[in-house]
Amino acid sequence: MKAYKELFSELDRAALIPFFVIGDPDYDTSLDIVKTAIDAGADVLELGIPFSDPIADGPTIQKADIRALKAGMNVHRALEFIKEIKQYKDIPIGLLLYYNLIYQYGTEKFFADFHAAGVNSILIADMSIDDADEVLAPAQAAGLDTVFMVTPNTEDQRMKLIASKTTGFIYTVSVLGVTGSRESLSDEVEGLVGKLKKLTDVPVCVGFGISKPEHAVAVAKAGADGVIIGSKIVSLIEANLDSKENILSAISQFIKDVKSKLI
Amino acid sequence: MRQKGRFGQYGGFYVPEVLIPALEELEAAFYDHYQDEKFVKELNWFYKHYAGRPTPLYLAKRFSEQVGFNVYLKREDLVHGGAHKLNNTLGQALLAKYMGKSKIIAETGAGQHGLATAMVGALFGMETKIFMGVIDIERQSVNVHKMKLCGAKVISVEGGTGTLKDAINDALRYWTANVTDTFYIFGSTCGPHPYPTVVKHFQSVIGTEAKQQCAEQIGKLPDMIVACVGGGSNALGIFTGFIDDKNVKLIGVEAGGEGVSTGKHAATIVAGKVGILHGAKSYLLQDENGQVLETESVSAGLDYSAVGPEHCQLKDSGRAQYYEAEDEDVLDAFELLSKKEGILPALESSHALAWVMKQKGKLSSDANVIVNLSGRGDKDVSIVEKYRPLMQ
Repeated sequence: MKAYKELFSELDRAALIPFFVIGDPDYDTSLDIVKTAIDAGADVLELGIPFSDPIADGPTIQKADIRALKAGMNVHRALEFIKEIKQYKDIPIGLLLYYNLIYQYGTEKFFADFHAAGVNSILIADMSIDDADEVLAPAQAAGLDTVFMVTPNTEDQRMKLIASKTTGFIYTVSVLGVTGSRESLSDEVEGLVGKLKKLTDVPVCVGFGISKPEHAVAVAKAGADGVIIGSKIVSLIEANLDSKENILSAISQFIKDVKSKLI
Repeated sequence: MRQKGRFGQYGGFYVPEVLIPALEELEAAFYDHYQDEKFVKELNWFYKHYAGRPTPLYLAKRFSEQVGFNVYLKREDLVHGGAHKLNNTLGQALLAKYMGKSKIIAETGAGQHGLATAMVGALFGMETKIFMGVIDIERQSVNVHKMKLCGAKVISVEGGTGTLKDAINDALRYWTANVTDTFYIFGSTCGPHPYPTVVKHFQSVIGTEAKQQCAEQIGKLPDMIVACVGGGSNALGIFTGFIDDKNVKLIGVEAGGEGVSTGKHAATIVAGKVGILHGAKSYLLQDENGQVLETESVSAGLDYSAVGPEHCQLKDSGRAQYYEAEDEDVLDAFELLSKKEGILPALESSHALAWVMKQKGKLSSDANVIVNLSGRGDKDVSIVEKYRPLMQ
């Protein structure tokens, strides 16, 4: 399994990191979608396990969560899904989910099982560094990297503290708000990335609201190590629910398009 | 944050990073002001002249005759707006004013907290948005109209099942994007720290008054305090006054819906497992994979899958006991208090009354029981009419 540090230092451009809700719209289609994204040039995958109450997510990802849950997705099946992906290609995977799913599964067992399945890092959407003590030790014991968020309203002192607890990458949120496609990129991003790069050596990836190739390029130019694209990609699934072929071709085309501009 | 916001293992602030600065700001403002002389004086002025406090402690003689012991009602139903909710919204809105926030938002289920927020929004001239599930908007159309009359904008939440849980989700999302100028007035002793502490503090006026009234009217402490528990704010509000008096039994009554064994209920402490929702660790109604379950109850105000973290600690320590009351018994209680006392209790508060009715024959005739009558039942008449149509 390749570590993030290795990957980010090998790449001479920003890594392209698409986000998918595991099992959206159903297990088999989701598997083909993620494989297609890998074939189209994804460098890292950010995968979410659906939750009934995703408070950090906007309507696009909420709907994807509901589709996946209705189709029977749960933590156990997500584990199988990740194993199948890793068999297809040994690509770094960041897991993104809400704390209750980990807590119910059993924190230590969750980290051990998902690490064994090939996950590199875990980002808990509803956990800040303040309550993180209950997961840091078991995550490290399992060999998982930690990922925490930094937002435009995070103070400098706190950024340093977050960086010190992060072993994977800092997930930099580009806007004040929840996930969702946005027409224009927040002009705060460049400054935020620049500031982080001065504060820490931990890789910095940017997400939330990145929906066009030119947004990705701008973020990469600002010095980000990776660009995370979520709602835009999920919306391509939502727009083509009547045809799996159309989903696959739309995802493939979009990822290739962004990738060609990142190089 | 200055504090961890823990009640034993419960509570905390499990929120996305973006909300941390807002919670820190709220926590700082609360601890700076809640004991500040000027703030306290101003809040007490509004409690007296706007909300109509203190509320009476009333010995319900004819209801007592039915159950065979003394039942006193703490009349929060007489608070302006018809429920205890205003105690909290006045406190938080005043805090918002001291913090210089010009906009307030709130979630609501039955509409009582939404209405109490809309009222203080009008009172303080603040732009007010109320998040309410689309199903609840249908069920509580009169309250929706009242909120609008008070100048609030009611935002229909369609995600999930369109009830309180989803309204909280959307209010939190909105706050995430508008933290700089918006104050989120949370309605119960739930959610991330510091809300469980803030809401309890502003509701503790119920217990403080009740204790003094007991001394005046009974000449001693009561034997038992009974209150309904959804998120748990009215219960903690009255419990707090008696928490150190170990001989006073504290009883919380949850919504048993159609019965805990049917799965159609909201009895979180009675039937839930520890989990994390809306920023706090608490008992939680959830499936085996950790997905949060929907709740069902005749009273929309108790329809919540989680519960205040302090109640979870009180349960574990044994200081308070928690039971459930089923819909049919709740309707019986609603009818009995109306018939014997001419007081229509809210269906939420009727849960506490229903539990008290079940104690008939179990308590001695000189026992003194206080029921927190957290709200009035006018809002529920159409619901009761559906379940129990009156004969001509």
